Amino acid sequence: MSPRVTRLVLGLAAPLLALVAAFAITSLVLIIAGDPVGGVWSTILQVPAERNMANIINNATVLYLSGLAVAVGFRMNLFNIGVDGQYRVAAFTAAVVAGEAWLPGYLNTALAIVCAMAVGAAWAGIAGVLRATRGVSEVISTIMLNFIATGLVAYLLRKVAVREAGSNEIGTKQIPEGSRIPSIPFSDNPAISLYGFLVIAAFFGFLFWFVLNKTRFGFDLRATGQSTTAAVASGINVTRMTIGALLISGAIAGLVGLPILFGDAYAYGSTFQSGLGFAGIAIALLGRNHPIGIAVGALLFAFLDEQSNPLQIIIGVSPDIVAITQGVIVLTVVISYEVVRRYGVRLEQRHVASALEKHDPAGPASPTDSTTKGVSA
Amino acid sequence: MSTPAQAPAAPPAGEAPLAVRLRGIGKRFPGVIANDDVNIDVRRGTIHAIVGENGAGKSTLMKILYGVQAPDSGTIELSGEQVSLASPADAIKHGVGMVFQHFMLADNLTVLENVVLGAEKLHGIGGDAKAEIARISDAYGLGIEPDHLVESLGVGARQRVEILKVLYRGARVIILDEPTAVLVPQEVDELFDNLRGLKAEGLAVIFISHKLDEVLSVADEVTVIRRGTTVRTVDPVGVTARQLAELMVGSELPSPSTEASTVTDKVLLHIAHLSLPSDEGRPLLDDISFDIHKGEVLGIAGVEGNGQAELVESIMGMRKGATGDVVLNGRDLSTTSTRGRREGGIGYIPEDRHRHGLLLDAPLWENRVLGHQTREPSARRGLIDKGAARADTQRIIDEYDVRTPGVDTLARALSGGNQQKLIVGREMAGAPILLVAAHPTRGVDVGAQGAIWAHIKKARREGLAVLLISADLDELIGLSDRIEVILRGRLVGSFDPSHVTPQQLGSAMTGASDETVTPTTDTPTTGTPTSGETA
Amino acid sequence: MSDNVGVIVPDAKAAPKKPRRKLSVGWVLIGLAVALFLLSVLRVVTGADDLTSSGTIAATLIATMPILLAGLGGLWSERAGVVNIGLEGMMILGTWGAGYFGYHYGAWAAVIGAILMGMLGGLIHAIATVIFGVDHIISGVAINIIALGAVQYLASLTFVGLPGGGQTQSPKIPDVPTITIGPLSDGLKDIEDQGTFLVSDLASVLRALVTNLSSLVLISLLLLVVTYYVLWRTSFGLRLRSVGESPAAAESLGVKVLRYKFAAVLISGGLAGLAGGFLAMVASSNYRDGQTGGRGYIGLAAMIFGNWRPGGLLGGSALFGYTETLGLRQGGTSVHALLLAIAVLALAFGVWQVRKGEAVAGAVVVGLGALLGALYFSIDEVPGDFTRMTPYVITLLVLAFASQRLRMPAADGQIYRKGSAG
Repeated sequence: MSPRVTRLVLGLAAPLLALVAAFAITSLVLIIAGDPVGGVWSTILQVPAERNMANIINNATVLYLSGLAVAVGFRMNLFNIGVDGQYRVAAFTAAVVAGEAWLPGYLNTALAIVCAMAVGAAWAGIAGVLRATRGVSEVISTIMLNFIATGLVAYLLRKVAVREAGSNEIGTKQIPEGSRIPSIPFSDNPAISLYGFLVIAAFFGFLFWFVLNKTRFGFDLRATGQSTTAAVASGINVTRMTIGALLISGAIAGLVGLPILFGDAYAYGSTFQSGLGFAGIAIALLGRNHPIGIAVGALLFAFLDEQSNPLQIIIGVSPDIVAITQGVIVLTVVISYEVVRRYGVRLEQRHVASALEKHDPAGPASPTDSTTKGVSA
Repeated sequence: MSTPAQAPAAPPAGEAPLAVRLRGIGKRFPGVIANDDVNIDVRRGTIHAIVGENGAGKSTLMKILYGVQAPDSGTIELSGEQVSLASPADAIKHGVGMVFQHFMLADNLTVLENVVLGAEKLHGIGGDAKAEIARISDAYGLGIEPDHLVESLGVGARQRVEILKVLYRGARVIILDEPTAVLVPQEVDELFDNLRGLKAEGLAVIFISHKLDEVLSVADEVTVIRRGTTVRTVDPVGVTARQLAELMVGSELPSPSTEASTVTDKVLLHIAHLSLPSDEGRPLLDDISFDIHKGEVLGIAGVEGNGQAELVESIMGMRKGATGDVVLNGRDLSTTSTRGRREGGIGYIPEDRHRHGLLLDAPLWENRVLGHQTREPSARRGLIDKGAARADTQRIIDEYDVRTPGVDTLARALSGGNQQKLIVGREMAGAPILLVAAHPTRGVDVGAQGAIWAHIKKARREGLAVLLISADLDELIGLSDRIEVILRGRLVGSFDPSHVTPQQLGSAMTGASDETVTPTTDTPTTGTPTSGETA
Repeated sequence: MSDNVGVIVPDAKAAPKKPRRKLSVGWVLIGLAVALFLLSVLRVVTGADDLTSSGTIAATLIATMPILLAGLGGLWSERAGVVNIGLEGMMILGTWGAGYFGYHYGAWAAVIGAILMGMLGGLIHAIATVIFGVDHIISGVAINIIALGAVQYLASLTFVGLPGGGQTQSPKIPDVPTITIGPLSDGLKDIEDQGTFLVSDLASVLRALVTNLSSLVLISLLLLVVTYYVLWRTSFGLRLRSVGESPAAAESLGVKVLRYKFAAVLISGGLAGLAGGFLAMVASSNYRDGQTGGRGYIGLAAMIFGNWRPGGLLGGSALFGYTETLGLRQGGTSVHALLLAIAVLALAFGVWQVRKGEAVAGAVVVGLGALLGALYFSIDEVPGDFTRMTPYVITLLVLAFASQRLRMPAADGQIYRKGSAG
């Protein structure tokens, strides 16, 4: 096998290993709790109906953006744990801007999206500047910023809120019809459709891949993530890259809430979905920070969420069991990638040794140093 | 070979019983013989110095004596009893203690806490332990307060804490690995007073160094190690620093390059008044000035840790706080970023290729791009040109004989020599006018070494200026047109490789010179009376 | 003894400063006294009487303890070099543990159950980080996800169908005993009602301490003292801290690094679990979904605010607990009054920083102080949303402007592999 094929096979082996381990652990929990293991899995693993399929894809769209946002940071060894706060600040901003409708039609939409990205970037940028200039761990600062975002949005929401007639919920003004993003038909039933934002999410996935793999900036970013010391020696300005990476991560995070906003809710209210940022961390890890991998991870998470819904009705098991699966995946995926990586390096060294006819007296470089992400808090 | 050529005549050494007796110690690592037939006797109540160049095998020997590594052959006797030391804990049990060059101290703990850690059973962690520390501190004049945070201590005091740690555990044999490397002259004097105190108490002190004047001022016996084996044990009374230097370096130097000089009078790199303060304010580089001409290789010789790495990184723009002029081919780069300097025509072969030279988990072609992100063929208009980069990587693989299955192989999978050949090929691909090569053949196999030397010679023929930093005198003399010696961040002597003698180099490198080589350089003192100074 | 030893005359630069490790109980008490004095002044100046009422103090105690316990959990773990952002998840596990064991086996079983469930979370964290070398943050995030799902799953498994129980809450659980010293309490109430400067404020604090004081509050405070004693006064604690400061040095002296890390993370989990149990039992009377409300992170923040020391942690927890309480009780006016105090303090601190040569940071702090002062005079009350943000904003500001004074364990967050010592 060529090294690229080997790498692909190994790359697939790791997440599979992680999934198997996570499923096994979940089954163990079910057995201990006395719930029917077979019933749970057969319910979850059945082929989804059309309506469920659409839900899965829609939720995956949202999770995908969250995963992308986290992955940008990971590629540079930065831990943007604050996607949660960034997307809520951004979605709120977008809802206000779009609700005010200063511009007509899709211009209004575009402006709202740009504003959301700018606000998301700015919110993450605070952590970037603190890290680059004051050495504050981005983990702690983004956690703090998450909670500050919660308070800030709640306050501002009350300031601008309009109460809907007959409802206790407050929210921003409804986005005018002409600025909503049309949905994509998915079946004969017009009620079942996909978020139009799916296209934009896919575009950003492509952009992510293109910028990271094809551009100089992306190369600098990846190089810094792999080895700060080598990056410095090669002339990369690491301070600038740190702020830049968090700005981009925040900008993408700014998009996370928008599929829901422009395709479903049309306003930002006090019940707007939260917690999407933490799922993004799991998905980015599972997808190996690659746009395709993240897509698969997002679909898997959305699949688990959707398919577990009827568990309570059908066999009386709480659907929250899949949250355990999802959490365990985060751990097993990290461990199995490390195991597979070490195996892969050994394999490749053997491959190199056997491919070289001539005997090299010095042994191969030692693979001892760890690549586990070092995030200090 | 083990028998001292001149029988030790120093008063305390003669009759005292042996504390340590090493016989026939051998240790090999893959491809390297670190120690071979090492024989050393250390008597109680003496200071026994072990001197040798970098890589001569001193550290390995001491790790064997401290139980960190097991010898492949030979015997260790402590106080007449043959022992096998499987771990540092074993060594401590047998009364051997070690003060590492890099201190093993927790900054945010107090002296007391650092000392009693792991030995709480001896005197607890409270008042008794404090009293014991005070007692030891007073007995040996260490001047250590148990309640101070280690963080607040200077380097000299930290070293005394390390010594105290060893004494607290009841050591009778104390190994100090390059203890003076981190000290300023005044602190060196204090340390030596402490060591004499230990000696007077009947302890055996093993002192590893390559600073010959210091060794001569404090040691009762000196053992010289070269290429992993004991060359000779001498009485410091009867030898001069120059004689020791000759023993250390060996009597023969390689013949310099027989190729015709290609040096022109066009200055390509002009360095003036380059200085770099450390965080503590002590200069890492002190007013360094030199020129390198077109077609010239300037070698920097020196014992490691005297500012070589800082010099290179300052020239590359990687050090904040460096002051002075860096002018490349008439262009002032003093305030330019690292990338700007690279684009301006500096090729850089870093000292530590794993940390500074490569992305180990990236394929070779991406490593080809590293440092050349802004230049063709790696990149065009802000985009990475993968096709061209791969093609050029293949060219490097062919031209520089990088043994690899292909351009997609991960850098980590290559041997050190092939990694280094790739780096040399990459750095030459940018058509540099200056090549900075820091230890270019360190840790590579003989074949790759020869190839890399050939490439540096070729670069010189093609009219590059080359700055070569190396700990390998063969390499320096074989390649350089001129050799500057760096000591404690200053250039202290300039030599012509075709006329230089081993004594001259050894003396300059160790600060033991009692003749100034060039009138413009002055010899730094170490504060010891034996070091000569011409002023 | 040898007499040929030279006398060491340390040069001025090397002369070490006197150790600054006096942040002991005494200092904390002084700090609390100063805080009470300031609050008393503030009460008189602004007329915000609830600032120091015994009701406020009692509520503050209850709000403080979960933060304190979570922070203690963070302290144990991070002192051994393991970053624990899974505290929130371990607390969540603790709330369920208290609910389940409390309902079935009584109040003290609830305490034990909460601790054990927290330790279960700690066990996962320890296995992942210490044995498998998983990044500490990733493991913490995973534990938070797992814990949330697990308690929701367990709640619907164990509480549905019980009287008052359901998917999102447990039945009512018994409380641990409370302590009231009746006569003293009444007498102090009289003094408090007089509204005398400082005297009444002190009386209300004392009254809160002798009226319906939960024994878990006492236990929590005791755990703080025990933590201090064990970590700083025993050889076990010394070894544990050395592992967080310099694992290589510790291993070179024969300390079993991984074993201490493992133990520390387990204890950390137990304390966080107890914090969750406290929420379920004392701050409330049953397990409820979402009960922790991010207090694990506030505990983390209090620990950072307290510079990884027990005394500082107590100060941070009290501060955050107090603001939380004020936010819940007629918060608008009380917090508004506090604004004035903070503005004055910020101005003073900023000026002090500028004089110390920290011009930029000082200027920013002065600016903040001026801004807060302006805010005080321009608005009548502070919205509750901002009150709730306070701990996080303070922590962010501390990190940004006082990070050079913070001293986290040197090897915190680093993954240690056995045999890394020279």
